[in-house]
Amino acid sequence: MTANAVVSTSAAEPSLLLGKLSWNSLPHDPIVLSTMVVVIIGGIGLFALVTRYKLWGYLWKEWFTTVDHKKIGIMYMILGLVMFLRGFADAIMMRLQQVMAFGGSEGYLNSHHYDQIFTAHGVIMIFFVAMPFITGLMNYVVPLQIGARDVSFPFLNNFSFWMTTSGAVLTMASLFVGEFAATGWLAYPPLSGISYSPSVGVDYYIWALQIAGVGTTLSGINLIVTILKMRAPGMGLMKMPIFTWTSLCANILIVASFPVLTAVLALLTLDRYVGTNFFTNDFGGSSMMYVNLIWIWGHPEVYILILPLFGVFSEVTSTFSGKKLFGYTSMVYATVVITILSYVVWLHHFFTMGSGASVNSFFGITTMVISIPTGAKLFNWLFTMYRGRIRYELPMMWTVAFMLTFTIGGMTGVLLAVPPADFVLHNSLFLIAHFHNVIIGGVLFGIFAAINYWWPKAFGFKLNQFWGKVSFWCWVPGFWVAFAPLYVLGLMGVTRRMRVFDDPSLQIWFAIAAVGAFMIAAGIAAMLIQFAVSIWKREELAETTGDPWNGRTLEWATSSPPADYNFAFTPRIHALDAWYDMKAAGVEHPADGYKDIHMPSNTGAGIILAGISTVCGFALVWHIWWLAGASFATLIATAIIHTFNYKRDFHIPAAEVAATEAKRARLLASAGA
Amino acid sequence: MERPLSRARLGRWIATACLLPLLGGCNMVVLDPAGDVAQQQGNLVVVSTLLMLIIIVPVMALTGWFAWKYRAANTQATYKPDWDHSTQLELLIWAVPLLIIICLGAVTWVGTHLLDPYRPLARTAPGQPVGAEVEPLEVQVVALDWKWLFIYPEQGVATVNELAVPEGRPLRFRISSSSVMNSFYVPAMAGQIYAMPGMETKLHAVFNETGNYEGFSANYSGAGFSNMRFAVRSMTAEGFERWAAKTRTAQATLDRAAYLKLERPSEKVPVRRFASVETGLFDRIVNLCAEPGKMCMHDMMAIDARGGMGRAGLYNVRQLSYDKFAARGTGDTASDRYIAENCTNPELLGASLARIEDRVIDLATLTGAGLARPGGPAFRTRSNTPKPAELSQAGNMDPAS
Repeated sequence: MTANAVVSTSAAEPSLLLGKLSWNSLPHDPIVLSTMVVVIIGGIGLFALVTRYKLWGYLWKEWFTTVDHKKIGIMYMILGLVMFLRGFADAIMMRLQQVMAFGGSEGYLNSHHYDQIFTAHGVIMIFFVAMPFITGLMNYVVPLQIGARDVSFPFLNNFSFWMTTSGAVLTMASLFVGEFAATGWLAYPPLSGISYSPSVGVDYYIWALQIAGVGTTLSGINLIVTILKMRAPGMGLMKMPIFTWTSLCANILIVASFPVLTAVLALLTLDRYVGTNFFTNDFGGSSMMYVNLIWIWGHPEVYILILPLFGVFSEVTSTFSGKKLFGYTSMVYATVVITILSYVVWLHHFFTMGSGASVNSFFGITTMVISIPTGAKLFNWLFTMYRGRIRYELPMMWTVAFMLTFTIGGMTGVLLAVPPADFVLHNSLFLIAHFHNVIIGGVLFGIFAAINYWWPKAFGFKLNQFWGKVSFWCWVPGFWVAFAPLYVLGLMGVTRRMRVFDDPSLQIWFAIAAVGAFMIAAGIAAMLIQFAVSIWKREELAETTGDPWNGRTLEWATSSPPADYNFAFTPRIHALDAWYDMKAAGVEHPADGYKDIHMPSNTGAGIILAGISTVCGFALVWHIWWLAGASFATLIATAIIHTFNYKRDFHIPAAEVAATEAKRARLLASAGA
Repeated sequence: MERPLSRARLGRWIATACLLPLLGGCNMVVLDPAGDVAQQQGNLVVVSTLLMLIIIVPVMALTGWFAWKYRAANTQATYKPDWDHSTQLELLIWAVPLLIIICLGAVTWVGTHLLDPYRPLARTAPGQPVGAEVEPLEVQVVALDWKWLFIYPEQGVATVNELAVPEGRPLRFRISSSSVMNSFYVPAMAGQIYAMPGMETKLHAVFNETGNYEGFSANYSGAGFSNMRFAVRSMTAEGFERWAAKTRTAQATLDRAAYLKLERPSEKVPVRRFASVETGLFDRIVNLCAEPGKMCMHDMMAIDARGGMGRAGLYNVRQLSYDKFAARGTGDTASDRYIAENCTNPELLGASLARIEDRVIDLATLTGAGLARPGGPAFRTRSNTPKPAELSQAGNMDPAS
């Protein structure tokens, strides 16, 4: 521990009991301090409300300990939404700082604060917004689409969710206790090494990602096994719904790439905690190795995010065009090709590191090649719309907005793949505009389409259209107003992560971008209102058929919301669009012959293990060694004790199944009447 | 790149088009720079964009058209719910993007080799090849926390946060950093390249216009990053000589002690000039041995290459400490050293100072329209380049080699 001993001479000596933690770790900055006060008051209020209405038992029994993939999926979505608000608050703060800090003004954020904000924004948006959103969607939809009653490992699913949440909790804790990394979202050494980032920020970053990474990897394994082993009889791989296909590929990418992130962060941890020299300047370390490794994870990561949404857009386009998906086979192959190619392009993130021309051209060209299957997908959506009957419900509106927006983002991406062009645009605001163009225009628009599409399935009522449209018309133009100026600024040679500016001619562009950010804020507000209004008026918006959009895949064969067991009888699959095929064949819901259904039991082990992991992570961040050791030992012991819990399953009696199904049949009959 | 001038005009035209809405508020330096290299890179941005628009525009138009035509309200439009395959269409939608990517890939391959920052310039402007007798001006660049040091070995001077160069003469930058990763970027001159501690990267460029420009770090490097900007002054050859002569009359000189003071973290550092520079300072910086008593990396590598020094070598390890225990310029890292400088072999250091010129590029594999033939006057080839001393190779931490 000599490394830390030397470094911490600037701060107080770490104590045995509390490590580096002290009163000084609490915020001094008035902005952070007031945020903390508001959060504490809000937290107390929420706690009081839950207690007042005696909801703790309900939450614990029905939600926190659930192993139902549907409820876990919904919890993932809620986590994503909450963290999205935090990540967006960071974005607004950056926009305000950059529009203010001109003509000698320092803006309102010092570098210590500002640098943490852009780091947190990136980390939160990728790891704790986009990832929970897509994992939640896959969790909810995939088992239903393949006619399964749950995922393969229901307890593991619960555990994965809580581990992801644990990472999010640590990230949020860093806002008030200590600080977050001020290194940029990928924490390149040597800047993230102990010499240049001696405080706890990078440690929060490391442990938040490591703990959340456990959840992500396990959930990836879970979904792969589910898709490969639990498809309903008759559903061959080439009869799988396209969303399930894209989910399969995304999860394969997760399982193959997240271990690389785990390893590279572990090496950085060793450098910081025990004084190894993997990425140091001296003693033979090489920071270039870190940059390579983190992008070997980082590039597949962007395809992990976008692939499931490509699936969503396929489902939505086909459903709302009232047409089979054009070119299903080529769509599947395009997805697989993208999956494979996403592993051979990582170097395009650092053409400027000094690789030779042949290496740079190789990675540039492989990057461009990915645009071919991606382009094929776009054409497939186009020709699905061709000669269709397109109903412009909200999911379809988001899909068309995606097609128009993503195309531009894809084009600027291919442009950045040309190494000499990248030399002048790398790290510029042009790059920022590009990846927001694909992540907002692709991932986020896709999530909005998916939420509007599957909400009636999850809750039994549709979302309010008016507020949905308000949100849409704030978001889509807002996106362009916010990010088109960044393209221009990039061409003016403005680089990213700047806190203050000299050139006054830039200010107008930042002002426009800030206006765009506020339009997006209005879009987010409208979306929250949409949720609230819809819940308020759920009786009016009720959806009793289980199939509000005239869907084509199996999830629409169930009631809305589906019964705990999803399907009373496992369906037999004869065609690609299984539910469309059943409807065409006039398949009736069976009225009797139900059997007891074998179900997994709820368990508190997931949330308990993740809670202990949070404590362990916190202790490691602050060098509270006794607590880290104790919590780690408790973690292992609890996991072992859990293996002796034999109350893992129960049966839903046939009579109860029959009652549930009869109720459903009555609802269907009344809807039909 | 046969008609680069017209493309340059195109870049300017696009830049001008952007002026219209904001009346002069927009200077697209990336598309309209002042140096030939940046101009070619900017042109490549434009050419690639146009190439892609061949497919992007029809796709977006089709999206709009289909979205409108096949709306549910339009019951006149054909409706074919079961039509989901067409071999001709499938061929088309895979082949057209493929063809465009083949073109773009060819442009990329050629462009990346021609504009490789490590490659000595073949021309200073369209139609102006660089003669064999022309020696580029070497500038050694060090990214410090948070300012830039420029060393001019030919002129024997150094500056902080001011890069002065003669217009029209090829420039050769050797780039490194003292603490963390930065990126050396002068948008008006040429694309960027990372500046990394313990390593040396290279950039070749030229200015074709005189004037004042700006350079900066394009890779976030910590608290003072935003103000890590430097003035770039492109001058006439005579103006540059006058500037160098004037700089030689400056008060300060840059030796190792002065460098160690200079590298301490500081922000918004005004321009500073040094009348002279200690010989070999840049090589010492790259080899992490600017401090007295510190063993240079190339020495250690040379020792290791010979099989090490056995148990005695363990003592050397302590001398390699550079910034492991404290950020550069914030702590005393030299206090616990066992062996002083006397074990550094001066011959080794000399060998590394007489370092290989530039990476030799074998052009035999590069043939095609617009490319110089191998063995042309502008380039050295392997056969006529003196072979560098074996040991200096060991000290060359060139990431590309």
